[in-house]
Formats: sequence, structure tokens, C-alpha cells
Amino acid sequence: MRIAVYVCHCGGNISDVIDVQEVAKFADEQDEVVLAKHYSHMCSNQGQNMLIEDIRKHEIDKVVISACSPLFHGETFKSVLEKAGLNPYLVEMVNIREQCAWVHYDEPRRSTEKAKSLTAIGIEKVRRNSALEKLQQDIGKNVLVIGGGIAGIQASLDLGEAGFNVHLVEQKPTIGGRMAQLSRTFPTNDCAACILGPKMSDVGNNKNINLYTNSEIQDISGTLGDFHVQMTKNPTYVDPDSCVSCGVCADACPVKVDDEFQWGISKRKAIYIPVDFAVPNKFLIDENSCLRLKARRKNSDSQVCGLCAKACPQDSISFEQKPEQIELDIDTIIVATGYDVFNAKEKPEYGYGKFEKVLIAPQMERIIVQQGEGKKTRDIGKRIAFIQCVGSRDEQLGREYCSRVCCMYATKLAQLIRHSAQVAGQEKDIYVFYTDMRTFGKGYEEYYKQTQKMGVKFIRGRPGEISEDPFTKKLTVTVEDTLNRQIIQSEFDTVILSVGLQLSAGGEKIADILNLPKSTDGFLQEAHPKFKPVDTQTEGIFVAGTAQGPKDIPDSVAQASATASRAIRLMNQGKIFNEPMKAFIHTEKCDACGKCLNICPHKAIAFSSKSIVRINQNICKGCGSCIASCPKDAIDLQMFTNEQLSKEVKAALSNKKEGERRALIFADNMCTYKLADSVGTAKKSYPIETRIIRIPSSSRVSPKLILQAFILGADAIFIGDCEEKSTPFKDSIQATECNVRVAKDILKKVGIADNRINFFQFVTVMLPKFVNFMHQTVEIAKQKNPITLEQRRILEDNLQEYLFPN
Amino acid sequence: MIKKIIIDSEGNKFLEKIETISGEKITSCDQCGVCTGSCPFTDNMDITPSNVMRKVQLGQKEVLETKTIWVCASCLHCMTRCPRGLDLSKVAEALRQISLREAIDNFDIDQIDKEETKKLPPIALVGSFRKLTG
Repeated sequence: MRIAVYVCHCGGNISDVIDVQEVAKFADEQDEVVLAKHYSHMCSNQGQNMLIEDIRKHEIDKVVISACSPLFHGETFKSVLEKAGLNPYLVEMVNIREQCAWVHYDEPRRSTEKAKSLTAIGIEKVRRNSALEKLQQDIGKNVLVIGGGIAGIQASLDLGEAGFNVHLVEQKPTIGGRMAQLSRTFPTNDCAACILGPKMSDVGNNKNINLYTNSEIQDISGTLGDFHVQMTKNPTYVDPDSCVSCGVCADACPVKVDDEFQWGISKRKAIYIPVDFAVPNKFLIDENSCLRLKARRKNSDSQVCGLCAKACPQDSISFEQKPEQIELDIDTIIVATGYDVFNAKEKPEYGYGKFEKVLIAPQMERIIVQQGEGKKTRDIGKRIAFIQCVGSRDEQLGREYCSRVCCMYATKLAQLIRHSAQVAGQEKDIYVFYTDMRTFGKGYEEYYKQTQKMGVKFIRGRPGEISEDPFTKKLTVTVEDTLNRQIIQSEFDTVILSVGLQLSAGGEKIADILNLPKSTDGFLQEAHPKFKPVDTQTEGIFVAGTAQGPKDIPDSVAQASATASRAIRLMNQGKIFNEPMKAFIHTEKCDACGKCLNICPHKAIAFSSKSIVRINQNICKGCGSCIASCPKDAIDLQMFTNEQLSKEVKAALSNKKEGERRALIFADNMCTYKLADSVGTAKKSYPIETRIIRIPSSSRVSPKLILQAFILGADAIFIGDCEEKSTPFKDSIQATECNVRVAKDILKKVGIADNRINFFQFVTVMLPKFVNFMHQTVEIAKQKNPITLEQRRILEDNLQEYLFPN
Repeated sequence: MIKKIIIDSEGNKFLEKIETISGEKITSCDQCGVCTGSCPFTDNMDITPSNVMRKVQLGQKEVLETKTIWVCASCLHCMTRCPRGLDLSKVAEALRQISLREAIDNFDIDQIDKEETKKLPPIALVGSFRKLTG
């Protein structure tokens, strides 16, 4: 075997802390290492070319790169090996950046020692890497787009036009989403309906797009290329094929309720069409307000009312319609569930819902639209105030984030009010009370200036409270003009609250169904904030628009097109490749006892004959849960074999000095390892006595591996995994809990405190928690009454018997 | 004439001191003014509560001479609404503490009008002399 080791400077990121030369020298001294170098940027073109040349010139067959996280550049170096003619699985990355230089920056000397130790672990692992082939899987061209707002529409159109089969699901009766409810759009003052309408009808007309409105996703299972979707299409009680949208039914209907499309500022009938440019352009009955449908909940053949059915010239209305269950096989998913606005009633000091002249901005949008249409609408009076940051940038409400669009939409509304007043020859005094004006987009600052020029007054101050005159209903706002250091207490006819954005209720539900993690602001989390802004942690699921965070229309559209392109990237070739991380059996060791059969959560293990156990590679997900059950060590996992892990553990615990304590962390690839990387990127330091070992899932850590680690000198062990709902591996958390219990019991038998083993489930945003756990684990490692050599020896001698009595 | 503010490490020390005593991260105040808009006692103050925060941020010790810090009754209106979760009453208390320790409000008996001394409660006078001795 001829191993080459490269230590990367990462342009100073690593070499400013760690003595890379010394690490390279150390690597050079290891067995079978024939070449060890340090270099400024291994990932650069020059670095890659050097690697290829070295591999050819020195006949290298295994490579270790001590640099950054394998999650960051793992694929880069795999492809370099391929270019050099080696199997890509023969390279190992050692993470001396995120797990050493960036977290132990204040201890350069000891960091260098730790970097050596980590490199030694990598060398031990790579020695046992075998040449593997990626597994191939067929993938079709079916995309599920959840949410029919502008993001969902754009993604569907891009995909439909590219020839992919799109299933667009919208829970409301029409597509168009929040944008359809806007008056005009900043900074061009285009009419929202006029620019969105054509796109909506394109969706209706595209033969590749199957549109399901009034439909809700019930469940989604499976993985990339093999998602299975169950949804319900709720009844509209109107036959869409025969309805000609004449509106006679609505005229006949006696029920009037608040119109949610108009944000409650006007009424609609129980049979209605949400808006005149709705797609599909068909009437429907609201079952919560229709007299007959309400009566039918108590008495299933009630004949109450029914005026609409009598009036309908097409005979389209049927009160008998039932929900329809639809099942789909899907290859990729785009989540575009959009936003809800902040519930302004949570800020009682502004009186929304209590004072009739306090509106939220979306209501003002509809008032402007209704004015434009010449309809009778609310009178907003002469003096109008906007209050910014309602439900944004407010830690009292747990909403630290800026909603990004409110400064601009308030500015736009101010312009529109001012403009229509000018046309009508009226006078309007408009004041915008803001905390900071954030007009960051293209053409936005110019738009802000234009509004200032129109005479809208921008006053820097966040109002404390609003009070209402009970007789005149006028509103008094108390606010400090912070630039003037004086208090304004002034009366207004209307106050408009610029409410912030939050993940929609539908988005919450989809996040639950798909197990998508959320970032601290409550929006869906992208896989990487810079390089994978529209991917999620789950392969094949993408996120677009405001479901990922507050954003304006241009950004939502750009993201939507990005998701379409990311989805096409996966589906276009008709096949995808998976990591060959599958369980396999060392047949020479297996005595066909069958203990593993029931352990496998996917039932991938079965007898192929009386004495032969087989693992079905197509079913196996690679969780490693089966490994702990085998008394003969006959089951193993590709890429994370027993031998590899035990040698890694051994290397991690070697060179322990007298009195030194060491803690091992088994970090699952999905959450804990990523979290450790994030902690590194954030440069949050933790104790240096830690060694992180990457595993696919916590269930891969068998009791035997844990105990072996104690035999070899570990003083504390910490196992981290995802929360149960986010792990890709079924039942893995229970398997780990069971393994940890077994290991703890055995530790107790030899008199070792069982708090030396701990298990925790993380989500990837728990940076401080992770750091805390690292501190705690090291404290546990350093506790009084260290593990004695005698205890370790007893454990070693009786290990097999303890694990598998009889 | 427009007064110039000096921003230097001396000012930073003052800020750090107030932060230590109050336990509030005063630098995180973003001067939105919601405290002022919520305060029921601004009629009796000389500078606004948010201005107190600003002056502390910039280390302007003159804040110790303001009425505002003495008018604050710790009603906590500002705290319940502060979007950065700051408790201004603690800041006012810290400023009062420093003001007391630095004896800014100490007075000289000779400067008080004879007639006025007769009207003042003797116990208050004695208390004022005593509190900074021994």
C-alpha cells in the first residue's frame, strides 16, 4: 500500500494556528505513507493537479487530505481521484479546519498535536478503505410543487416548459398566492394582478402541469426518485367542467361572510369565486358558511336553502361531492408554501382588532384595489400613519429577524395613497414611523427618495402605543422622534400596521410531513446559506420563495427558477447515484443464528437458504442497526466497517499522555457532524481533548464499539444524532438508546460510572448546545476516580461474555 | 454653538461600568424609541429614555446630571415593549447608583439660602450630610 498525505494551509485558515509542516512530517513517519506534503490550497486547480501528478508519479493508491470538512470538499477530492485513475472511495478527508484550527485557535501548540492525532485517524481509516462503486437508481420526471403562489407558479412553469411532468398542489381555491392580493408592486408600481394574471393562466394552459387546487397534502414518504404522495382534493360542490362562472349562483346566495381574499374588509357570498382572475376560474361553495352544507353535518339529507342550485343555469351545483383521495409517485419535490402575516393582535398596544381604524397593510392593499376598481370601500380619512416593524425585529415576540419587505411595501402604499388623492384633488398627510429604513434592492433607494419627494413624512421612531377616542374613533399615536429627541403625540384617521412575515400554517404542516428542519427564525432551513440556498437537508426536496425566509417578488421568482434548475439537474439524466453505504455479511464468520433478522427496521435481512443469511442491497438503507445484534461480528457496513471504526478509535486514543483524559464523539453525518462544522465556522471554541468520529447514524455505534473505546483508553463518550423526525434512518434512535443502555449496564458491572456515555439528539442550529455538550463530556472525562487500567483490562477480558452471555 | 461629543476609551469605560452594574447589554439598543413612546412619565423628564441609552452608549457622563434617571419609577412599560429585550429601569438604577457614589448631588450648606434651610426638614439635611461621610 502506498499512501499519500496532504496537509492544507487553507490560505492561513489552518496554517495560522497549526504547524502544518510538523503535521506533514508526522504523517511521513507513519507506516506505508510514502509521500507527505503541505500545500497552500489543496482544493485549487494547482493543488488538484499536484495531487493527480503525485498519484501517477509515485504510484499512490490511497490518499489522505488533512484540510476542511468532508461535507465541504469531500466530493471535490473524490473526483480528483477519479481523474487520476483511482477509485474515488480511496480518499479520506481529515477535518483539521472546522474541528481543530477554528475551534482551538488559542492553543496553537496543542492544536498541532491534535491535528497529528486526527491525521493518524484518517490514515488508519484510509488503509481499510476499499474500492467501491456508486449505486445506480432510475429517476423519472415527476415533480411535486407544493404551493401555488408566485414561487410555485414560476417553478411549475419552468419545469413544465422544460418538459417535466409537474403536479402543482394548492390548498386554496385559486393559485396566485399572496401576490394576487397585492395592489401594485414596488419599485415599478406595476399592477400585481396584471403581471401575475397571465402567468396564472399559463399554468392552467400548460399541458405538462397538473393543477390541484383546494387540495391538501396528507402524507409524503420515500426518498429522491421514489417519493409517494397522498393528498386530498376537497370538494368545491360545483362541477368545474360545466360551470361557466356566470355568477348567478352568488347573486342568489343569501349568506354573506368576510372575504378572506379581501382580508375581511368586504364580504362575499357562501358560493363565490375568490377573485375575477382566479385560476381555475370556477365558483365553489364554502362549506363552513353554506346553509345547506352546515345543516347536512347534522342531518345528511337536509334540503335547507339550495337557492344557488335552483338559480344555476348549467345545473353545475352538487351538494353530494365528496373529498377525493389522490396518490402520486413523485421524483423530486419543491416546497413553495409561502408566508402568513404576523397576527397583529399579539401587539395589543397597537389595538388591532379592537380599534376599527387600525388596519394591517394587506387590508390597505385591498382598499387601494377596490378604489381602483371604482367599488365602494373603506374611507381612510386624511391623516394616515404607518407603523413599521410590527412583528419584526422584536425579541419580545421571539422574532428577531427583519421581514425585508415592509419598508418597501409601506413606502409603496404611501405613494399609492398620495397619488390617488392627488388625482381626486384631495389632501392626505402621510407619516411613516420607522425603526430603520431598509431599501436595499435594485431601484429601491430611488423609490424611497421619490416617495420622500412626494411629501410623505418619514419619522424615525417606534410608536409606544395607540389610543382611540371612543367618540370620534380617531387614533392618537405616541412616539419619540428619535432624530429630534422629542415626543410626538398626534391624532390620525387611520393607522396602518406594517406586519411582518412568518412561515405559513401550510408550511408548518409540510415541514412536519417532510421532516424539514427550520432555522431560528422559524422559516425552512436551506442546506447551505451560500452554496445550497434552495436545497434542503433532504436530497430531492427544494425550497423556494418566502417559505425559506422573507423576500420580495424578484427574489422569490429567482429562487423558484433555481429550484427548477436544481430539480432538473437530478431528473434530467434519468438516473441518480447513491453512496454504496450498505450492510454486508462476512459469510465466513456468519453462523446463520438469525439474530439480526428482526432487528432490521426495513426487513432487508433474510435467510436465502437454511444456513445462509443475505442482505437485500436494494432495501438496506445503511443505518447499521443490525451490527450490534451479531455476536460473531459477521455483519458490517461499507464505508464504516467494524475494522475501520475500531482502528479509528484506537488511533484517536493513542499517544495519550500520563494523566491525560480524552473524550470521543461519535457524530452522525446528517446533524451532529454538520453541527460540529457550523460550530467550527462560527469559531466557537470547545475543549481540545475531544476527537470526533464520523458515522452515518448513531445506530451504527454498537455497544461493542463503545466498550472497545473504553478498553483502549476513552474517558467519556458522546453520541450525537438528529431528532427522530429528521433522521433518514427508521427506528435508529431507539436502536441507539438500546445500545447505550447495554453499554452502560456493562460499564457498571466493572465499576465504571455510567455517566461516561451520553447520547443526545440535535437539530443543526443548536450551536451553543453542542459546545455545551463538548464541555460537559470533557468534564465527565476528567471526573474524579479515573478509570483504572485494571477496570479496562477486566472489561477487555470479559467483553464477549458481557455482550452476549452464553 | 453645537456641542461636540468626544468618543474615546474613557467613554467606553463608563459604558462598561453601567453595563456591569445594570446587567444589560446597552450597546444592543438600536434607538427605536419605543421606550419613550411607552413611558408614562416623560412629561417630567428632561431627556427621553432612549436618549439616556444613547448617551450611555457613547459614554457621555453628563447623563448622570439628568432628571430622567431620577424620574424613572421602574414601571417597566419600556421593558415589556423593548424589541431588544432591554430593561431600562436597571440602567436608570445603575446610573443612580453611580450618581450617588460620585456624590454629584452633594450640596454645600453655604449655598443654601438661610430662609430656605428653615423650611427644609432637618432630618433630610442631616441625612444628606451624613450619607457621604464615614
